[in-house]
This record gives sequence, structure tokens and C-alpha cells, in this order.
Amino acid sequence: MTLRQDLLLALGGLVVLSALPLLGLSTALRDFLMFAMAYALLSMSLNLLIGTTGLVSFGHAMFFSLGAYAFGLAMQSGHFSIPVAFVFAMVLTAVVALAIGAICVRLNEVYFAFLTLAIQMLLYNLILAWVPLTGGDQGLMGGIPRPRFWGIDLADRMQLYWFCAASFVACLVVLRQVTVSPFGATLRLIRDNATRAEFLGIDVFRAKLVAFVIAAVVASVGGMLLTLFVSGAYPNFGFWTTSGEAIFMILMGGSRVFLGPVLGTVMLRVLNDVTVAYTEHTEMVLGLVILLFVFGLRKGVLDIVAERLSDRRQADLRKGP
Amino acid sequence: MEPEALLRCVGAASCIVTQLTSGLIMGMLLFLIASGLTLIFGVLNVTNFAHGSFYMLGAYISLTIYRLTDNYFIAVIGAALAVGVIGMLFERFLMSRVYGSNVLMQLLVCYAVVLIADDAVKLIWGPAVLSMGMPVEFRLPPWRIMGGVVPPFYAFLILAAALIGLGLWAVIALTRFGKVVRAAAVNAPMVAALGIPVNRYFALVFGLGTMLAGAAGALAAPVRSLTPGMGFSILIESFIVTVIGGMGSIGGALVAALLLGLTRSFGSIGFPLFVDGAMFLIMILVLIFKPSGLFGKPAR
Repeated sequence: MTLRQDLLLALGGLVVLSALPLLGLSTALRDFLMFAMAYALLSMSLNLLIGTTGLVSFGHAMFFSLGAYAFGLAMQSGHFSIPVAFVFAMVLTAVVALAIGAICVRLNEVYFAFLTLAIQMLLYNLILAWVPLTGGDQGLMGGIPRPRFWGIDLADRMQLYWFCAASFVACLVVLRQVTVSPFGATLRLIRDNATRAEFLGIDVFRAKLVAFVIAAVVASVGGMLLTLFVSGAYPNFGFWTTSGEAIFMILMGGSRVFLGPVLGTVMLRVLNDVTVAYTEHTEMVLGLVILLFVFGLRKGVLDIVAERLSDRRQADLRKGP
Repeated sequence: MEPEALLRCVGAASCIVTQLTSGLIMGMLLFLIASGLTLIFGVLNVTNFAHGSFYMLGAYISLTIYRLTDNYFIAVIGAALAVGVIGMLFERFLMSRVYGSNVLMQLLVCYAVVLIADDAVKLIWGPAVLSMGMPVEFRLPPWRIMGGVVPPFYAFLILAAALIGLGLWAVIALTRFGKVVRAAAVNAPMVAALGIPVNRYFALVFGLGTMLAGAAGALAAPVRSLTPGMGFSILIESFIVTVIGGMGSIGGALVAALLLGLTRSFGSIGFPLFVDGAMFLIMILVLIFKPSGLFGKPAR
């Protein structure tokens, strides 16, 4: 898939996504989509680590919340315009991810999962404890100012939606390009056989680290979109359950199909909204659904669809014309 | 940062005694939990991310047994056994099905169980914070040692944890069961080829590991508040202990747990805001300079 095809597809997707709320549907759908896009960036970026590189991070939400807080605090300081704050939060996330990744990606699978989880809890506790800066468990209060820039007014919900959709699609294009590039092939090689990659002269540590930083930055964009949407930032953005949910979104949607995690995100958000309406024991329902997927389907929905399709194609080939 | 406060404490015998006992309590509880985690990892080569939930269950079950019987000793033993059985069921019906798959599946199963256990606790015991209070057996006047105050229960807790640790060592080092377990840790298929039902041993080791977490929960119940989700922070700490001591090393877990417990108790005087940070700093230093842990064997 070339860049041009990708861009055309992305443009088409963006047009459809932008037009969805114009179809006269309720604002609830628009809000649901904004929410889902923010979380989809979290799960999509995590899948660059899990599905493509084979790095099972259990602390990815820390970059989600880092982006949210850095962006929110920069905006509340009143010194920055939205694009500057956006770039500032991305750069800050990249630097932090570089430091954390340098410690973590050398380790084996189990240590990597546990250490990312532990560092995430360190950051979470820091956010809770540093009340003067972060507002502690109350979150960033007082709303996030949204000054106009480039003629865009994000205080308007519709414009905010279009801004989210454009950022979302742009991030997907970046992730897609990383995945299909030779670098993406290197990551898949590392996933399947790191020793062989090493023998071929690939700097496995550096490749993993670069993937880790890219994924972190995309996750931070997701956090920023959520901050703009809810006009605040809350500690639970970076709680361990958010990371767990992101992992489950990937399993549910499918890790081997590019847009699998997006489907997983939508499914989980729907499941969440439905269970909240019927019971207060959402965690138990979620836990049971996870077990159902792990022991029942064992794969994501799109993974299964992709397998069926390729099976049928194989069968057609065997049958001949 | 209050280094003067720490200096003043180190200068006074009473403060040293008080901080030492509270550090030992934390250390020994951490040791029990981390030794279970490290035992399961060392033998089965899986990480029980749900280990903290067994600690939580131990605390809640002991509370219920204590309220029913008014006997704390029965509560501790009963809770440990009950949690061990739950752990074995968890291993047989859930974990053993994902041994062959990647870490992702094991992680998801544990994540699901943590969610279910937290909600189950909310359903059974309610979402509010509960506390057991000092058990009747230990409602005694505190001992005064060199001017420091030591409640008798603290001494019991440290002693009980030490005895459990010693018993664990004896089981692993001296019994036939321990011999099979050590052999299975090195080469499970070979052990199975000798006609030994390895799967049954795996379940027993998992039960033993979770039993240790349950015992720690029961021992902690009188001195900690009981909340759904109490298992999670302890999971992180026991993981840090395991990393510092070395995955799979029970002796390492003891040293690291005591190190962490004392860092916490003395750190809360000298650098109260940086206690968590100090734990992570120690762990990260170990990971950089000796990734296999202080007492762990280098990875093959």
C-alpha cells in the first residue's frame, strides 16, 4: 500500500467521519464518536507495541494521561495557543517515553509488562499527590481554555468534532505508514524472532525503543483529544484499568488487522454504556466478557473475519476457474 | 525532605525501635506475598498478575471467620486454606488453559480475575472501608522496649511470618514434594516422563503460592484497612521485591522485602514524599546493574 493510496483512503474516511453527525443524528452519537476516537488512539498506538512488535505493555495509559495533563496544564497557564500546547505535550511525552523505554524495552516479556505497569502507577500516584499542580483526585479543574487559532473555534462542539476527526485520521495515517514501512517489517521480525533479527544485524533495542516512543506520542494525542472533549483531565486517565481496557480493546477487535483496535474500542465503549444502564457491577461484567473472549473466541473479531476471507480465497484458488 | 528528622530518629533508641518494628511488619508481609509470586514464577514460569487479589481475599475471609468464631488463629488458618483452594481452582480452570499462549493472554485472564474479585468483594462485603480491629487475643498492654512502644500483635505478626517462611523453605528444601517441585522448575517434561503427575504439582504450587498471599492478607487484616482494590498496590510492591531479590529466589525475596519495608518506615520520617520514588529508584538501579536481581540466576 503506497502513501498515496493511504492518503486517499484516509481522506475518504475523514469525509465519512466528518459527515456522520450531519446526518441529523443526535448529539449523543457525536459525543460517543469523539470519546471513542480518543480511546481508539490509545488502543491503536498500543497495538503498534503488542500486535506489531510483540511488546506487551501494561502501562500504556500513562502516556495517555501524560498528554492529557501536559496539554491541559499548558492551556491553563494561558501562555500558549492550542497548536503550541499540542506540540509541547507531544515532545514532553516523547522525552519521558524515551527515558522509560530505555529502561524497559531491554527486559524480557514478563518484566516489561510488570515494569510498565509499575511506572504507570508511580505516575498515577504522583498525579494524586501533587495536588497544587494537578488538583489531585479532583483532576484539572476550571475547564480547559480554547482560544481560537487559524480561524478554528474549538469551543464550538461541531468544530471540535471535526478537529478530533482530523487529528484521529492523521494519527492513523502515521501509524499505518510506520506499520507498512521497512521499519514496520523490522518490528514484525522482532516480534516473531528477535534472535534472528539480532543475527541479521538489526539493533533490536533501538527499533523497540523507537516503536515505544512513537506509540507513546500517538497515545498522548488521544489523551489531548479527550482533554479537549471533557474540558479537564482526571487521574483515572492513567489508572491501570485504563491500560487493561486498552489491551482488551485490541484482543476484542483484532491485533493483526490494522483497524482491529478501532473496532474493539467501539465495542468496549458500547458494552460499557449498555452495562452501566443495567447494573452497577460493570467490572464483573467486563471481567466475564474478557474471559469469554480469551477462552471462547481466542482472537479478535476482525482477525477471525480476515482468516475466513483468506481461507475462502485459498479454497477458490484450489477450485480453479 | 526532612533529613534532620531522620537524624533525630536515628539518635533516639525509642524511635529506632518503633520504626524498626513497623518496617519489619511491612517487610515480612511483603515477603509472604512476594515469596508466593516468586514461587509460582520460578516453578510454572507464569506471572500471577492477580496475586494481589488473593491477598485481598485473605484479609476479607479472615475478617468474616474472625467475626463468626471470635478466634483470630482460626481466622488466619481458615483464610489461608480457603485462599489456597481458590488459587488452585483459578489455576486449574483458568490459568492452566493459557500456559502455552503468550503473556498477553495470561495478562488478560489475570486482569479479568482482578476485576471480578474486586466486584465480588463489593457484592459480598460492601464497598465501604472495613477494619477488623485488634483481635481479642492481642488486646494486651503494649510492651516498652528501650522507650519504644511495641504492641504484642506486631511481635506475633513478625514471628508468624518468619515461621511460615521457614516452613516454606523446609517444604521446598527437605520434602519429596519440594524435590519434585524443584525438578519441575528445571525441566517439567522430564519430570512428567518419569510418571509424576506434573499438572497436579503445578496446581499445588499455585495453591501454595496463593495461600501465602492469603495468609499475608489475614495477618495484615488487624493493622490495615480493608477496601476492594487493596490488593493492587501490594501487587506492585511485591513485584518490586521480586525484581530486586531476583525472580524465582525466595531468599532474595526475604532480603529485598526487609530492605523495602525498612526503606518505607524510615523513609516516611526522612523523606515522606519520596518513599515510593525511593523504592522505584532501588528497583531501577538493580535492573540496570544486575538485571537478574540480587540473588537471581542470570537468564538463560
